[in-house]
Amino acid sequence: MDSIFLYSSLYLAFLMVLSLIRALIGPTVLDRMIGVNAIGSKSVVLLILIGFLYHRVDMFVDIALAYAMLNFIAVLAASRYFQKRKGLYDEALYR
Amino acid sequence: MDIMNIIVCVLLFSGLFFLTGGAVGILRFPDFYSRLHPAGKLDTLGSLLAMTAFALFNLHHFSMGALLTSLKILLIVVFIFLASPTATHGIVDAGVRAGLAPWTKGEKRR
Amino acid sequence: MDKQEEKGLGHEHNTSKVENSDQGPGRRKSFGLYVVTFFIMFGVWVVLSGKFDPFHLSLGVISCAIVAYLSADLLRPTVRGLLILLVRWVPYLLWLMKEIFKANLHVTYLVFHPRMMDLIDPKIVKFRSKLEGDLALVTFADSITLTPGTITVNVSPDGDFKVHAIDKASGEPLPGEMEARIAKAFGESDG
Repeated sequence: MDSIFLYSSLYLAFLMVLSLIRALIGPTVLDRMIGVNAIGSKSVVLLILIGFLYHRVDMFVDIALAYAMLNFIAVLAASRYFQKRKGLYDEALYR
Repeated sequence: MDIMNIIVCVLLFSGLFFLTGGAVGILRFPDFYSRLHPAGKLDTLGSLLAMTAFALFNLHHFSMGALLTSLKILLIVVFIFLASPTATHGIVDAGVRAGLAPWTKGEKRR
Repeated sequence: MDKQEEKGLGHEHNTSKVENSDQGPGRRKSFGLYVVTFFIMFGVWVVLSGKFDPFHLSLGVISCAIVAYLSADLLRPTVRGLLILLVRWVPYLLWLMKEIFKANLHVTYLVFHPRMMDLIDPKIVKFRSKLEGDLALVTFADSITLTPGTITVNVSPDGDFKVHAIDKASGEPLPGEMEARIAKAFGESDG
């Protein structure tokens, strides 16, 4: 069972790299934010997997809970911040 | 391999499948609004399935501490279910207020 | 200057009026609300701390009592209404899980389809909902975001919805069955 968890966490890390590509090439700021949000929601799962690998789930589950809350608050704060920047994007000029 | 491990593996792999859909979807979809569909939905269900698998696997050696840890994992699931649509709505609202026009059929991808 | 002061006064007057109207019969500082809030919070405390010695439990009782005193107003309905709501919510949640699963299969099919660009046809759908309560509207908006190919863009307090649908088939059945089920769960259906 440990090896299944090990390969699953490696696969999750690969998925996070895919999301990171979107965060790097995204044309607008909000596209990058979607990528960061996707990385956050995957890393919550990854943290618990790491907990199973080290046989200390009781410790890592607290970290995962705190990380989920932090991710949520970060996305909300960033979206509240960027919506004030009207005309920041190229698409807005065409309307 | 007893039956419990098989259930855990099936749940975990289906969760990983939906998470894959989310990661590929935000790369393939053409614009900002349609990218939110995989990011908001597939990640939520993938996390739910994977977390349920972990909670079940954690109950394998039953004790009071293991039960508490499983309850905490379920608490994370409930939190994700409340938070994910709210975060999606926050990003979409930011896009609308900044004046991003939605992609329509026939345009090239952005 | 005068105008500003007037404006400020008017605003104050407005807010006080709102507060007054809120202190209707539903706002009665009932003891039951505190008890329900306290027990919900204490359950979360026990799960999060995981220690059962008297010291940690008494800390939990003290902090939960303080927070329950400060924020018991958050649970606006009366205690009996809340319990009935919970009972009605369970079938709705089960139905919602089934719908979420179907929606996710549909979106996954779209994601992995080789000619995905021909299949999707995003557009914004507008409609007006019959729901009235705040909680019902929030539940409806969250459910729309989680189910078939649709994301809530904007909700007004009157129930005007703006929804971004990813293809034609997923935008059509709105509001439809989901609204009826939420109205039933919150007891708003007039027949």
